Amino acid sequence: MFRNVAAIYLHLAGLLQRKKAGTSLTRCLHQTFAMAKRLQARRLDGIDHNPWVEFSRMASEYDVVNLGQGFPDFPPPDFAVQAFQLALSSDYMLNQYTKAFGYPPLTEILASFFGKLLGQEIDPLKNVLVTVGAYGALFTAFQALVDEGDEVIIIEPFFDCYEPMTLMAGGRPVFVTLKLSPTQDGELDSASNWQLDPTELASKFTSRTKALVLNTPNNPLGKVFSEAELELVASLCQQHDVICISDEVYQWLVYDGHQHISIASLPGMWERTLTIGSAGKSFSATGWKVGWALGPDRLLKHLRTVHQNTIYHCPTQGQAAVAQSFQHEQARFGQASSYFVQLPEAVQRSRDHMVRSLQSVGLRPVIPQGSYFLIADISDFKSKMPDLPGDAEEPYDSRFVKWMIRNKGLAAIPASIFYSMPHRKHFDHYVRFCFVKDESTLQAMDEKLQRWKTELRP
Amino acid sequence: MFLAQRRLCSLDSRAKFLKTIYSSKILGLPASAKMSLKITNAKRIEGLDSNVWVEFTKLAADPSVVNLGQGLPDISPPVYVKEKLSKIAAIDSLNQYTRGFGHPSLVKALACLYEKFYQNQINPNKEILVTIGAYGSLFNAIQGLIDKGDEVIIIMPFYDCYEPMVRMAGATPVFIPLRSKPVDGKRWSSSDWTLDPQELASKFNSKTKAIILNTPHNPIGKVYTKEELQVIADLCIKNDTLCISDEVYEWLVYTGNKHLKIATFPGMWERTITIGSAGKTFSVTGWKLGWSIGPNHLIKHLQTVQQNSVYTCATPLQEALAQAFWIDIKRMDDPECYFNSLPKELEVKRDRMVHLLESLGLKPIVPDGGYFIIADVSLLDADLSDMKDSNEPYDYKFVKWMTKNKKLSAIPVSAFCNEETKLQFEKFVRFCFIKKDSTLDAAEEIIKAWIRQKS
Repeated sequence: MFRNVAAIYLHLAGLLQRKKAGTSLTRCLHQTFAMAKRLQARRLDGIDHNPWVEFSRMASEYDVVNLGQGFPDFPPPDFAVQAFQLALSSDYMLNQYTKAFGYPPLTEILASFFGKLLGQEIDPLKNVLVTVGAYGALFTAFQALVDEGDEVIIIEPFFDCYEPMTLMAGGRPVFVTLKLSPTQDGELDSASNWQLDPTELASKFTSRTKALVLNTPNNPLGKVFSEAELELVASLCQQHDVICISDEVYQWLVYDGHQHISIASLPGMWERTLTIGSAGKSFSATGWKVGWALGPDRLLKHLRTVHQNTIYHCPTQGQAAVAQSFQHEQARFGQASSYFVQLPEAVQRSRDHMVRSLQSVGLRPVIPQGSYFLIADISDFKSKMPDLPGDAEEPYDSRFVKWMIRNKGLAAIPASIFYSMPHRKHFDHYVRFCFVKDESTLQAMDEKLQRWKTELRP
Repeated sequence: MFLAQRRLCSLDSRAKFLKTIYSSKILGLPASAKMSLKITNAKRIEGLDSNVWVEFTKLAADPSVVNLGQGLPDISPPVYVKEKLSKIAAIDSLNQYTRGFGHPSLVKALACLYEKFYQNQINPNKEILVTIGAYGSLFNAIQGLIDKGDEVIIIMPFYDCYEPMVRMAGATPVFIPLRSKPVDGKRWSSSDWTLDPQELASKFNSKTKAIILNTPHNPIGKVYTKEELQVIADLCIKNDTLCISDEVYEWLVYTGNKHLKIATFPGMWERTITIGSAGKTFSVTGWKLGWSIGPNHLIKHLQTVQQNSVYTCATPLQEALAQAFWIDIKRMDDPECYFNSLPKELEVKRDRMVHLLESLGLKPIVPDGGYFIIADVSLLDADLSDMKDSNEPYDYKFVKWMTKNKKLSAIPVSAFCNEETKLQFEKFVRFCFIKKDSTLDAAEEIIKAWIRQKS
């Protein structure tokens, strides 16, 4: 802990500053050297680093348009806000614990809503678990089903929590990378051209493979897996008796007429799939932290065991608000007035706006078919300004993002965060932007880009 | 925009895969049996699937039952708490993600409040973590600091989640019971239940990573004294052990008693995680917000668990809680402050419950704190012969019988014991008294009728 005398001195000086007047110095000294035992559990090894903290901090320190953080900067729809307010002002008993596995009106509406979509009879008590965001559903799934030595197949680029969650459960992540098929010169890449090689994917399955994590629409790429691609994954999961953890938080955010398909709706998949969803992403209310896992009882019962030994209950009022919001959507399903129709229409326009604007400075966006995000190719910058300031091993995209924050007033996230350590160097020429932003934010982005353009060398 | 459910046509290559699966049909096995050979639960949850609450809350869910079981207030939270949340829901930015380790205004309020009790200042970002209820703090602390092969001392009876959480972390719980002094005609008090210092010392060894302390105590209501805490502190320091101090009922302390924080004892700040609960502080259990306070070299590990489990807690609730705290922090000496008014209100209810249980012929243990009261129900000698499951402890059967026949529910205290020692507490049943007057009136009616039936 203390490498040299100077470090000890600084630590003590810090302690002295913090102590209140009258506290004895002797007690402070005793406190410094109190713990000889190793403190943290081994399950935390290698998972303590949090890449987001640094970038959030920088984005708040500089005058930036923040296109890094993955949440809307516009409010939830009125009906959702009203649903929350109703939950707060109606029965005061909503301030108390509800059923551990989910507030009944919520589990019931989730069962009926998704039962129709998945073509499956869903029992609100056996096949639905409400969690603290989709993040909580993922954690619960890993803890319930991944054991020491189990292998978990993760498709790269991946939402960054899948790897540490696998490790914390004692599992071994096995990565398979989406690879870009080359396009015609001059055309922008599309996320749909990033594909799995079937032979390579098949080779990743071993007798130790317990689960495969699927994320569609994908963060950060915005790929929406096609039916054929899902069939490939499905057949391998069945052949190897593997569980599919399907993260579908962006299921409504699909563009250009693409269709989101839930792998659980494919033959033979319901019995081995956990389908994870998010109220935060569905209703643009990420701060409510309400999510769910849907699946067969033989899997859900293990998630329930984890749930009752970790957090036990989720907050009641947020669940009531989500239940009400789903009622609203169920009544309008598929119609023009549905939020699940209007939101992707509006967000598609934002996507298109961002795609046009980014190109003006030489960023080359990869067109996403879904999700909140796109990645932009920064290869031009990498060749023109290869030496940006940063740490010794820091990938180029991370240095680029910091440079862009400091000098161009735009914040984004380096794509290498979404890759396993050994593969980062191959994907350090992409940066992730979030376009689920208010029009005023996109206009502010345009102003920054216009200034940037004028500063470009001819 | 969405697919209605589609059936895929079979392809030759797929047919080959399906053959392997469907061959099980030929063998007469259901397809799911063949498919589930590998799909099993992780070992960490083996044996942890049963849960007393799931069972008993189902029983008490019948609206004709007067529910004194689960620790759930049916009183209204303070008006200003509800009002704050209502206003906040309308603020746009508060519907999006906040800081993972705790909403800034909340951790500042918590630091400000708790600094009044500690000698050091508390760094809101490094020494506080906001969690999903105190339950979540317990989980984060145990997952973050307890390793496979560690031992953790648990004082019995114990809030039931301590044991499964310790086991889920691959550690071994080591139990020590609270034992009662003989009372001889005096009123039985929670303070009569103590730990034997020699017995406690014998539970510590080189594998002991932590002791879990709960004061005020659930279910007995004991408020540990300075001397009792000093014994525990001395052992923690001597054995280089951590202390996880569950203080969710910290404000609910009755006349003649004072809640003391073991983390304020010399040598203890560095090795203690102190856990608190908004649910118990403001009678809003459904908000599921709790917190851990401690030195950064411990809290940072709880933060690591947080960033890999739930990442962040709900924003509007945290902001509302912060604002509610500011109201009461400003008037801590005022009787109107909820931290003062709630225990006063509950003391009256406690005394009423004591009287009711005594009138039934029971000997309740008068709690010095918390909102539960336990009583030995074997004195009633109830006829439980129609309760079929003879393997269950006496108190489980009693509670089920009482719920069914008297329409009054409670919780069996042996649920707060480990397998081996359930018999030590199987005559005791726990009643919750953070209930509105009409609920207690209904309980009184039941008890009066019960007394009449007996005579």
